[in-house]
Amino acid sequence: MGNYFEPAIECADRETMRTLQAERLHDMVRRCYENVPFYRSLLDQNGIRPDDIRSVDDLHKLPFTTKKDFRDNYPYGLFAVPREELARVHASSGTTGKQTVVGYTSKDLDDWATDVARMIAAIGGKKSDFIHVSYGYGLFTGGLGLHYGGEKFGATVIPAATGNTERQIDILRDFGSNILACTPSYAMYIGESIRKMGIDPKTLPLRAGIFGGEPWTDGMREKIEELLDIKAYDIYGLSEIMGPGVSFECEAKNGLHVNEDHYIPEIIDPETGEVLPDGEQGELVFTCISKQALPLIRYRTRDVAAITHEKCSCGRTLVRMSKPCGRTDDMLIIRGVNVFPSQIESVLLDLKLGSSYQLVVDRVNNLDRLEVQVEMTDDMFSDAVKGLEAAEAKIAAALHHILGLSAKVRLMEPNSIARTEGKSKRVIDNRKL
Amino acid sequence: MMIIKQISVFVENKAGRLADITAVLGRAGIDIRFLSIADTSDFGILRMLVNRPEEAVQVLKEAGLTAKITDVIGVRMSDVPGTFAGVAKIMADVNISIDYMYAFISRKTNEAFLIMRIEEIETGMEALKAHGVALLPSEELYDL
Repeated sequence: MGNYFEPAIECADRETMRTLQAERLHDMVRRCYENVPFYRSLLDQNGIRPDDIRSVDDLHKLPFTTKKDFRDNYPYGLFAVPREELARVHASSGTTGKQTVVGYTSKDLDDWATDVARMIAAIGGKKSDFIHVSYGYGLFTGGLGLHYGGEKFGATVIPAATGNTERQIDILRDFGSNILACTPSYAMYIGESIRKMGIDPKTLPLRAGIFGGEPWTDGMREKIEELLDIKAYDIYGLSEIMGPGVSFECEAKNGLHVNEDHYIPEIIDPETGEVLPDGEQGELVFTCISKQALPLIRYRTRDVAAITHEKCSCGRTLVRMSKPCGRTDDMLIIRGVNVFPSQIESVLLDLKLGSSYQLVVDRVNNLDRLEVQVEMTDDMFSDAVKGLEAAEAKIAAALHHILGLSAKVRLMEPNSIARTEGKSKRVIDNRKL
Repeated sequence: MMIIKQISVFVENKAGRLADITAVLGRAGIDIRFLSIADTSDFGILRMLVNRPEEAVQVLKEAGLTAKITDVIGVRMSDVPGTFAGVAKIMADVNISIDYMYAFISRKTNEAFLIMRIEEIETGMEALKAHGVALLPSEELYDL
């Protein structure tokens, strides 16, 4: 079987793949139309009937779906199956206080596990491997996504989850982890902690890493590979589409293979919506053609990437995307958590703190740190230190509640946050990515 | 007036802020009688006793700062060891906690002055009076 999990799909010729995609696309548009009132009215408005969409070439006729549509249909309005068919929900950050809720049937969960299992095969995983999952478990898709992918592949999963780095290192060493799955910044942190503890990584059975959840560079890859003495591979995904495993690197490390039997990628011009050819950079858009619970038509990821249909040296024909190299919106990824400045604004407005704020993101000892600077108001001002510290703590608690992430709150003098044309510059990202 | 009006100003911890803020008061001809700063790693609270507190807050706000008036009480004590301990005990006995305080000595008489910020200002003043402690009226603050 070589390094493939499902060679018939992963190495299918283009015509076979297009035929499969066309069948699934047609069926999926019909399911959206019949089961999701939002899509029925969207397609009606655009004068499209499900039977108009019969091949991949018809995809561009369909309208886009955006994050805002999740907010407008919160929590379950975009689901296409009745509740008794749902098996699980996950959630990620919304653009305001409300989370983006996603759902899965048991078939969806099985497809997702297959996506991840394909990656494990592609990076030379073995059934005898121990896969150490240090992504967050819970509503975040990282932990459970890698977990069930590892099991589906047939390896042994160590659900280590996040935190307590010393214990993580004990597990790496004593349990004999072969593949580490976590965010790249956490991998760097573990690597540096190992070095500080005087452990030679060559003495560990760790061989490879599956890293994702946040953007990272080839420079970071080299650093992680050196610190941990492993091969580091990128995994991409977003919960709206499925979770980690929408696309993955193989041993060639030359782009991420999209599991295109489930998700058809397109690159569009973010301004005009026009589809761009192979090799051109633009906004990545996915259509989930096999998903039952949450089929999305042309979902705009806001990630910037390019795609290529050239066959990879690994033998896979699955279309490849470049590592995402930016965003078309102002979303930040902090310690693997998606953060929208608008979420922070909504927290501050709820606390009646006005809208003058600034976010400063730094990476200290390989861990991201978010500082939220808030301008002092007359109402908030106390002449006692404990009063101001209580105000900071109150803001920090409200931010934690909405973001699921701890932020340092810094109170600033009025008008001290730089404004350009009346609008303050919201985000200062000092991370060298 | 036994209650003294102190002004408090929010200050970010960065170079030059104290100079900027006090210059605003200087330009308005406001005399700073006493100044102290409470600071944390991120910010400070500048507390001042000035001759025209309402006007001081006004000019500071016009300069874009966050400032307000806080009521505090002043106590006059003889500048001998143990006097402060006595005052602190009177407050403790009526279960009043002192949010913050600062003290200074007079250059004219052999007296010390204590400025205290407490929540229950009336109760505190009653207790001090009952023990024969002399309070410092705000009018006298500028003759010290």
